[in-house]
Amino acid sequence: MNMMTRHGAALKIENCGKTFADGTCALARATLDIGQSETLVLLGPSGCGKTTLLRIVAGLETPDGGGRVLFDGKDLTRQPIEKRNVGMVFQSYALFPNMSVAENIGYGLKLRGLPKAERAAQVAELVALTNLGGLEDRRIDQLSGGQRQRVALARAVAIRPSVLLLDEPLTALDAALRERLRGELNDLLRKLGITAIYVTHDQAEAMELGDRIVVMRKGAIAQIGTPREIYFTPANRFVAEFVGAANIVEAPIEGGELILPGGRVPVAGPATMSRAVAMVRPETIAIADAATTGLAGIVDGVRFAGDRQRIIVRDAASLPLAVDAPNTIKVRTGERVGLSIPPDAIRLLPDEG
Amino acid sequence: MRNRILFTLQFLFTLLVAAFLAVPAGLSIAAGVTVNYFRGIQSGVTLQWVAQVWELYAGTILASILIAVGTLAVTLVVGVPAAYALYVRGGRLARVVEEIITLPLAIPGLAIALALLLTYGGFGSFRRSWLFILAGHVIFTMPFMVRSVMAVLATIDVKSLDEGAASVGASPWRRFVDVIVPNAAPGILAGSLMVVTLSLGEFNLTWMLHTPLTKTLPVGLADSYASMRLEVASAYTLIFFVMIIPLLVAMQWIGERGHSR
Repeated sequence: MNMMTRHGAALKIENCGKTFADGTCALARATLDIGQSETLVLLGPSGCGKTTLLRIVAGLETPDGGGRVLFDGKDLTRQPIEKRNVGMVFQSYALFPNMSVAENIGYGLKLRGLPKAERAAQVAELVALTNLGGLEDRRIDQLSGGQRQRVALARAVAIRPSVLLLDEPLTALDAALRERLRGELNDLLRKLGITAIYVTHDQAEAMELGDRIVVMRKGAIAQIGTPREIYFTPANRFVAEFVGAANIVEAPIEGGELILPGGRVPVAGPATMSRAVAMVRPETIAIADAATTGLAGIVDGVRFAGDRQRIIVRDAASLPLAVDAPNTIKVRTGERVGLSIPPDAIRLLPDEG
Repeated sequence: MRNRILFTLQFLFTLLVAAFLAVPAGLSIAAGVTVNYFRGIQSGVTLQWVAQVWELYAGTILASILIAVGTLAVTLVVGVPAAYALYVRGGRLARVVEEIITLPLAIPGLAIALALLLTYGGFGSFRRSWLFILAGHVIFTMPFMVRSVMAVLATIDVKSLDEGAASVGASPWRRFVDVIVPNAAPGILAGSLMVVTLSLGEFNLTWMLHTPLTKTLPVGLADSYASMRLEVASAYTLIFFVMIIPLLVAMQWIGERGHSR
């Protein structure tokens, strides 16, 4: 397999929406471009339409009239999944219990009429790539969850798909394993250099794996951007709260400063507003001497997390503020502390009422 | 002490029930190899009745096997895809079709036979051939095949297996053959077991449909009870018994192997 190069198709999703027979709208019409060898993550809570969008790309759902799915400019909207040459990793893995690990991985190649010897060579290569050595003859029910996940991935990659589609591939695993496999998966995706769409509800997965992230909510796209863009400059309150931890503060603005119950904080940005919804990430707020900062509050609780600690400060803003501080700082509940927030760490969000 | 008495009583009761069921079978088998049943076993043991049955009724035995195999073939070819289609499609229409297929279980065999006779009795060559009985048996056994396949499909995740196979490029037919059928094998085997044994033993419907030239084993059995010596009829039962037991055991064994795999 020729690795380290760009693989797969460039995808275009045009005007694709999905309304089910009972009238529920699972996906509002969406248009998306996915570049060759890009990993695009569809991120959102359950029921946000991310899986529906993935299944439309896969050919497992047909978009509402007028929607089109193009692979390298070729319209495949009317083609069923088996004609699209997509590799898919299902949440349940959908492995074949009647076949061994090697047979599962090689099934797509067998369908393509590849001679037995060549097939075996390619399967062996994939087995090595996915760390499945020694398990080739196992039955699926003799594998652990992580091993099944890798077999599903190897089976999907084996056919050299135009696009690799992953539907919450790590959700069925426990937390520790999930984190390890996330790293492996990331390495593999980079190594294969294949166009991929990855569906998840886990923002940590999305951040690590995505070249770009599409945040979805209630069947519509809330924001598209790189992980950094999504994290640092969320387009709205939903994205800010869904991706990472966020303090959302509603307060009047006066003279370029946010007027809070515990003091004033300068903000960068348009000075024309009189009222703002502002987002501040907990790790951008620093604990300081109350005498030196414009903003102060009372420590309401300290949650030690080992590598850092989360300090809850009340009376600074209308709602308690979460502050992530280094684990060396010592504060006590009830203590009055100053908070320093750099102006560019405050992100003003559109007021959605 | 009380436990011992209770156990002994239960054991005796079990023996009694077993004997109630087993003794008639044993007597019947014994009758088949006795020279003269009315004089008892002391009249001597013989295989002449068995030989006589074979001479007179070998044709019915072969016809039964032929029809059972034919019925199995038809129920496999039609019933398995039908079960798959009904399961995948779901909805009210599928349920209605399933009910219709299951209807012959509730309708007496005689009534089904009568309907077949009324409808197709006029087609002479069909009426006279063993295909007529085959048709009756297929109607009667189809629900057993369809139901047992559907039951096993309900226990496997058909949708994701199907989508998994489709995602790597399998056509609907290949998906069915490579993935659905192998994973539904226990149900298909169980259905086959039912179909073959039911077809071999079917009497009601067959008795109405048969002609002197298309007699099956159970019909021949009834014929021999009505017109032959008791020893002959018993020898016939013996042959039926010898035929069907290994078949049942073999299919049960295959079925169990399929489960434990």
